[in-house]
This record gives sequence, C-alpha cells and structure tokens, in this order.
Amino acid sequence: MSEIWMGLKGALTLLTSLNREVYDIILLSLYVSLTSTLIAALGAIPSGIWLGLKDFPGKKIIIRILYTFMSLPPVVVGLVVFLFISRKGPLGFLEINFTPTAMILAQICILFPIITGIVFNGTKERGEQVKLLGKTLGANRWQVLILLIHELRVNIFTAIITGYGRAVSEVGAVMIVGGNIKGHTRVMTTTIAMLQSMGQYDLAIAIGIVLLLLAFIINSILYHFQQGDS
Amino acid sequence: MKGFSKQKSLVLSLCLLLLVLTACGSSNTSSEPGDQQNQGNSAPVAENKSLILATTTSTENSGLLDYILPVFKEETGIDTKVVAVGTGKALQMGMDGEADVLLVHAKADEEKFVQEGHGIERFDVMYNDFILVGPKDDPAGIKTNAPQDIIKAFELIEEKQENFVSRGDDSGTHKMELNLWAEGNMEPQGDWYLSAGKGMGDVIMMADELNGYTLADRATYLSIKDKVDLVIVTEGEGRLFNQYGVIAVNPEKNDQINQAAAQVFVDWILSAETQQLISKFGMEEYKQSLFIPNAQ
Repeated sequence: MSEIWMGLKGALTLLTSLNREVYDIILLSLYVSLTSTLIAALGAIPSGIWLGLKDFPGKKIIIRILYTFMSLPPVVVGLVVFLFISRKGPLGFLEINFTPTAMILAQICILFPIITGIVFNGTKERGEQVKLLGKTLGANRWQVLILLIHELRVNIFTAIITGYGRAVSEVGAVMIVGGNIKGHTRVMTTTIAMLQSMGQYDLAIAIGIVLLLLAFIINSILYHFQQGDS
Repeated sequence: MKGFSKQKSLVLSLCLLLLVLTACGSSNTSSEPGDQQNQGNSAPVAENKSLILATTTSTENSGLLDYILPVFKEETGIDTKVVAVGTGKALQMGMDGEADVLLVHAKADEEKFVQEGHGIERFDVMYNDFILVGPKDDPAGIKTNAPQDIIKAFELIEEKQENFVSRGDDSGTHKMELNLWAEGNMEPQGDWYLSAGKGMGDVIMMADELNGYTLADRATYLSIKDKVDLVIVTEGEGRLFNQYGVIAVNPEKNDQINQAAAQVFVDWILSAETQQLISKFGMEEYKQSLFIPNAQ
C-alpha cells in the first residue's frame, strides 16, 4: 500500500516539477495516439458508414472478420508491423523502425477495425432512415453523407473516443515497434512497463496516475457530449 | 429467442472446448533434454515445494536455466518459478521479500545486499564475459583499432557518433556499461546513444536493426547469433569479466519465503555435479562453455 501512496505523492511532484523528460514522454504519448486516432478515423468512419448501408455478397463474413479484428491483441499487430518494417522486411527501405512513425502505423492498424466496427453498428441501426430522409428531401450523394455524419455524430464521437482510449493505453505494439528509446520513442505506457521491470514502483505508479488523469479528462468530455445529446 | 439459446450453447461449447484443450496442453510433459518422461512414478510433490528464483535476463535468454533446472526438479522434486529481470530489479525483489533466492551479476551490489541484511550469504557460482558486438562492416573501425581494448572501442563509437544501444534498465550489464563510460571519462549523450530499457535479447535485436553497437553478455549473444548480422568487435580483456553470484533471501522478511527450498537450491548449484553440468552447457551447439563454473 505504501508504494501506491508514495506514487500519489510522486505523481504530484512529477507534474509540478516541470521535468522536461516527463513532459516529453507525456507529449509523445499524446502525439502518437492523437495522430493515429485521427488518421484511422478519417478512413474508418466512411468505411463504417458504407458497410452499414451497402449489401453485397460475403458481407456476413466481412462483418465477422471485422468484429474479430476489433479485439486484435496489440502485441500481435506490433509483431506483424515490426516484421514488415524491419530491415529485412518488405518495407525496410523506409527505415522507420524504432521511430514514432512506426508507432503511429501500428496503432492505426489496431484502431481502424475498432472505429469501423462501432460506426458500422450505429449506421446499421439508423442509417437507412437517415438516407431515405435525405433522398426525399432531394439531397445528392455528398449531402446524404454529410447528413449521415451529422445524424450519427454521437456514435462517431464514441467510436473516436474509444479508439483514442485504446491507443493511449496500449503498450504491446508501441513497445515492439518503438523500442522504448529514451527521448525518441518512450511513451507513458512503455515507461511504466520499464520502471516496473526495474523495480522503481513509485515512479511507475506516478506515471500511471498521470495516464489515469488523462483518461478521466477524456471520459468526462465524452460523458458531457453524450449527456448533451439525450 | 431460439436463436439466442443457440448462440448461448455455441458459446458454452466453445468454452468447454477451450477448457479441454488447456487441460490437454497442461498435462503434456515437456520433453526437455535430460527430462525423462516417466509419468505416474513421480512422487506427490509437497504443497510448499515451489521456489521463486529471481535472476537476470541473460541466464534465461541464453537457455542455461532450461538446461539445468529440469535436473534440479528431478533430484529434489522442487518446482522453480523463474522470474527473469534485470539485476537491479532482482535485488529489489529480494529486498521486498518477493523471491526466495537470487542468481545475479553485480558483485558490489550483491555484497551490499547481504551487508544490509536482505540476504543470508553470497556465493560465487560461475562467470562469463561481456563482448562488444556491432555491424559486420564495422563503421567505427573497432575490429582493427581496438579488438581487445573496450575503453578505446567506446571512444571510437563516441567520436564517430555511431549508434550505440544501451540496456538502460539498471541491469548488471547496464551497470557494467556505465562503469566503462565513466572509466573512459565519457558521458554518452546525443542521438547516437539509444537507451532502450529492455532485456538483453531485445537490445541485441535493436542494435542489429539500427546498425549499431551494444555491450552484451557472450551467452545471450551466442544464443541469438544466427538471427542477427552482428559480429564481435571487442572481446577478451579483464574489464569484461562477469561474475554471477547466488544469494538466499533473508527469511525474516515475511513468512512466505521458502528458506528450506532456497537453501537446497544454493547447495545444489554449488555442488560439483551441477558445476560440471554448467560447464557442459553450450558445448554441443557452440563448441564452447557459455558459463564457466567457479564455486569455491
């Protein structure tokens, strides 16, 4: 128990000390997870809506695969991405191994199915209605899409926040493709894993608390939006 | 509703299948070399016959423990749970009373550990050596200029700003590396010095990926040599000597420490037969001993 108490005190000291290294770690965490969420969302939202509205042969299988991919273990994604971008891999020429770019790439692979799946579910339930409404009002394809996004905004927002939550708290993939290099690819989660392996529990707890605080802030925003809608 | 119950039964049967599979999996005895598959004749193992051994990543990554522990189990019936971490963390686990026995390599820290009353007594077990490994084309030119001078090799790396991957995890190897920088009056800093905070195997792989150098223990390097393009550039000097010690944790820490088993382990690893076994490890595959036993 004393470690947790020490950790609480440590978290406060960390945040108030303005230690450059700690802030670099927090900022890199935010940069990697926000960028990957944004890029994944740009592709996943249209995909989810499209899947929710279109019927085509083999859709059932696609959906099953999508649901399976929603719970892909990040470690597996990290491993596959690592093999692709390692020097001997097909994308080795890019030389992005052990860089933040590689971490973003791996997280996009994790988030894409999650965001697609959640948006698909929302569209499946209300998409047809909205589409019909748009058509009766004489909207063209683009206007229908904009109307859809507007009508499904809460669902889309939930998808983005869920994705972001997964990204910022994920450790397996970023550890593998980022390598936890001090000052280059060290983020909050990999720092916690490393400190734990070094037996520095108080500092690990402190950074864990910072991570929890961030999660709390984000969830508060989500809750606020959801309340605002109902 | 019918569909729902169908689904339920599907899920249930899947769970059952998983259970059966895991049961099958766990009842399979591992077929390690030297591990005879004699089911049914093993005596019932007593409840408290499990031992927690905190050790370094090198003893596990190199395969030494997989090689000697089945023999320990066979002779004593004691199940050993291995926690492979850096030396710093292993000592911390000892201090916290989370391990029964330690097998680590940082002599000064180990002696301090015993002095402070965390452990009963420290014994030499074996040694191996550290080596500097780097890319085949050796951009820092160490193989020609410093094949047996580790300080000079470090100077060359710093001068040429070649990538160097550090363990950065407070392990025995990391402590050794920091001492070497200090001895050469250098402070490694800059984009070329990459502190990874990971185990030995990971760090060797990273150095390979990044075309860099790293300080490794010979055993771990040899065990993954075939997977990487790294070669030994500096070896065989006194500073790179790496002594391992065994310490039984002080049982007064808490009542869960298995002192009896820890003592059995210490006596066993120091015994002539086990020392012989350690010296044989690696002979078949690498034509050399990876660890040289030197118990007094």
